[in-house]
Amino acid sequence: MNEREIQTVIEAVIKEIMEKKAPPRTAAPVSASAASMMPAPPSAAPSEPSGRLVDVRKDKPVPPPETLPAPKKSVKTQEELAADNGILIDNPEDMGALIRMKTYTSARIGVGKAGPRLRTKTLLKLRADHAAARDAVFTDPDPALIRSLNLPEYKTLCKDKNEFLTRPDLGRQIEKSELEKLAAAAGKNKDVLIYASDGLSSTAINRNLSNILPVLTEGLTGKGLKLAAPFFLKYGRVGAMDRIGEATGAAVVCVLLGERPGLATAESMSAYIAYKPTVGMPEARRTVVSNIHKGGTAAVEAGAYICDIIETIYKSGASGVDLRREFGK
Amino acid sequence: MAYKTILSGQTFSFSSVKEVLAKANEEKSGDKLAGIAAASDIERVAAKEVLAGMTLSVLRENPVVPYEIDDVTRINQDGIHEYTYNKIKNWTVSDLREWILDYKTTENDLRSISRALTAEIVAGVTKLMTNLDLVYASNKMMVPARCNTTIGLRGTLATRLQPNHTVDNVEGITASLFEGLSYGCGDALIGLNPVNDTVSSLSEVLKRFDEIKNEYEIPTQICVLGHITTQIEAVKKGAPADMIFQSIAGSQKGNEAFGFTTDTILEARELLKKKGTSAGPNVLYFETGEGSELSSDSHYGADELTMEARCYAYARYFQPFMVNTVVGFIGPEYLYDSKQVIRAGLEDHFMAKLSGVPMGCDCCYTNHMQADQNDLECLTMLLGMAGVNYILGVPGTDDIMLNYQSNAFHDVSAVRELLNKRPIHEFEKWLERWGIMENGRLTARAGDPTIFTKKKR
Repeated sequence: MNEREIQTVIEAVIKEIMEKKAPPRTAAPVSASAASMMPAPPSAAPSEPSGRLVDVRKDKPVPPPETLPAPKKSVKTQEELAADNGILIDNPEDMGALIRMKTYTSARIGVGKAGPRLRTKTLLKLRADHAAARDAVFTDPDPALIRSLNLPEYKTLCKDKNEFLTRPDLGRQIEKSELEKLAAAAGKNKDVLIYASDGLSSTAINRNLSNILPVLTEGLTGKGLKLAAPFFLKYGRVGAMDRIGEATGAAVVCVLLGERPGLATAESMSAYIAYKPTVGMPEARRTVVSNIHKGGTAAVEAGAYICDIIETIYKSGASGVDLRREFGK
Repeated sequence: MAYKTILSGQTFSFSSVKEVLAKANEEKSGDKLAGIAAASDIERVAAKEVLAGMTLSVLRENPVVPYEIDDVTRINQDGIHEYTYNKIKNWTVSDLREWILDYKTTENDLRSISRALTAEIVAGVTKLMTNLDLVYASNKMMVPARCNTTIGLRGTLATRLQPNHTVDNVEGITASLFEGLSYGCGDALIGLNPVNDTVSSLSEVLKRFDEIKNEYEIPTQICVLGHITTQIEAVKKGAPADMIFQSIAGSQKGNEAFGFTTDTILEARELLKKKGTSAGPNVLYFETGEGSELSSDSHYGADELTMEARCYAYARYFQPFMVNTVVGFIGPEYLYDSKQVIRAGLEDHFMAKLSGVPMGCDCCYTNHMQADQNDLECLTMLLGMAGVNYILGVPGTDDIMLNYQSNAFHDVSAVRELLNKRPIHEFEKWLERWGIMENGRLTARAGDPTIFTKKKR
């Protein structure tokens, strides 16, 4: 074998080792204490690899190539290794190190350049991710989905999407007659009220709601809790739950809301949960379960977890930081 | 006292200087949200007319937040150079605008007038400037500062390298850092926004930055942008830091909402003078952004541009190394679209320079506003022409931790080439030594982060 061939064999082995070591991309459920804090960053974080970024060949000696049972077919060229790992640099000095770098971060590194500009592939991927994020914000949830879940639809004071984006105060308010209608239909003084709202991502509703809602309704009913009839609130901010809580007298209110999309995912949903929320209460009284999407905590899994949280909140009569204090006793 | 004008046969009356300033502002969604914006375009122009005829003394005597209750106002008013102020106090705002733009007015003249201007005067003249006025006037003034290297010299355009990571993984941060260096970024600062605002996490990242800076002999600055109090604790416990960072607001109440006071900043500066790893004398880094005071209800009914001008009046008191507006980060309820963001970016940069602050800009946008990468690149080119000290650089425009888009590592090279600008001198020499840059252009070798994983040059 010449030097180049030996190098590619070594790199194929390194890659294999790294693939085996790659941790599963699942996010741990948010703990009750962490849940009352700010939403976590949306991308699921792989567990942390250790060790410095140095030439992997010095760092981890691999067996000499001649002892490897490496059939020629599986040996990949520098170009193939680059393609497999989304690397757009033509001839990096150290492909093994670059592949390893990319396992440590989801940042767009190793992207190469055309003159001083981005390569076309990088550019179009960015445009596609931004387009998905924009569509999530600026379109409405699928009406067929809302119908199929038998969710009556209500609206905040915002008259359209632009007003929703520029007037957060209006997205927290609901006209009095609309609120009375909502409360009468949902049922008053129930143990738990769950509703969905578009927030900043309709895609989050489209992708997650039909998976999470049945888990919640069945799970909570199974725990013996009395549920208000769920509904959909258009142009809703988190704070709308406080007015809904006051109008319905529900003990626990939970809104399933689309989060502001990033480029990594436009599908992330959060559940904000509060015990007897009131207008003007501190934000810290909300318990938050964030990062609900297929690349984070899957909707079904999140649903089961939220059922347990809601039961705890109901029984302890506290949410957010108050809940943490309750546990501390 | 009422301020009146007649325009298009209508009489417009404003009850206070604060109202004139607010209504003279270019259209911003945040001013509408606050309920203080002009009701129509004609009312906006009427307010500009009134403002143009107002003397500088009227603006000085009517700060938008009272002296008695606000240390930003006090620091600004008490720091005024009375001798120069007395020479110009009877100028109108229109006079000031034309003086700034006049061929006879030199860079030195502009620097000399800085300390005679209060934030309200700076905001007032900005409201009479067009975008080209702002670029042209800004380009007349460079405001250098020195930490380990000197930023803001004419002919240079620097970058803050921002290698953020979703869980502060030090290897992941290092990977983005190497990528950025290989594109010629990082001469202003290697600076991370941490996820975990703890002393141990900040210290770990600072230690890595310090190792890399020393091992590769990079002539630059390092900082981890936790809360100021966390950074102070980290430095006290021995973490290596060239600078300490804090987001600032244009009122004491806003700064208290950020969790610090003027004494906290002074403590940070004194600490770095003794225990910091940099030469100085400029060792502080501030970030600002129009609308932040409204978001913490600390705007006192003033418009977001005027509150922003007050940030710069406050910042200059501490002689920072770098300040930047994070102009498109705050969201559409404060700056609705690319038109408003571009305008705000040019305003902020101009106001900072006129105030004597070494100014950069994070040209950026979030996914819920009406702006995209094309708009961000336009703002970057305009600020390049305006002589901005630095812009940011992130991998492929995508900040995976803060979930917004800023300049790609690539962008600064294109702008430097177009405008015949260079990195900070010592840093350029370093890039040449590593074969990343030649004659002010990236080499074929540039853009390969693995050049740093081999042994050093």
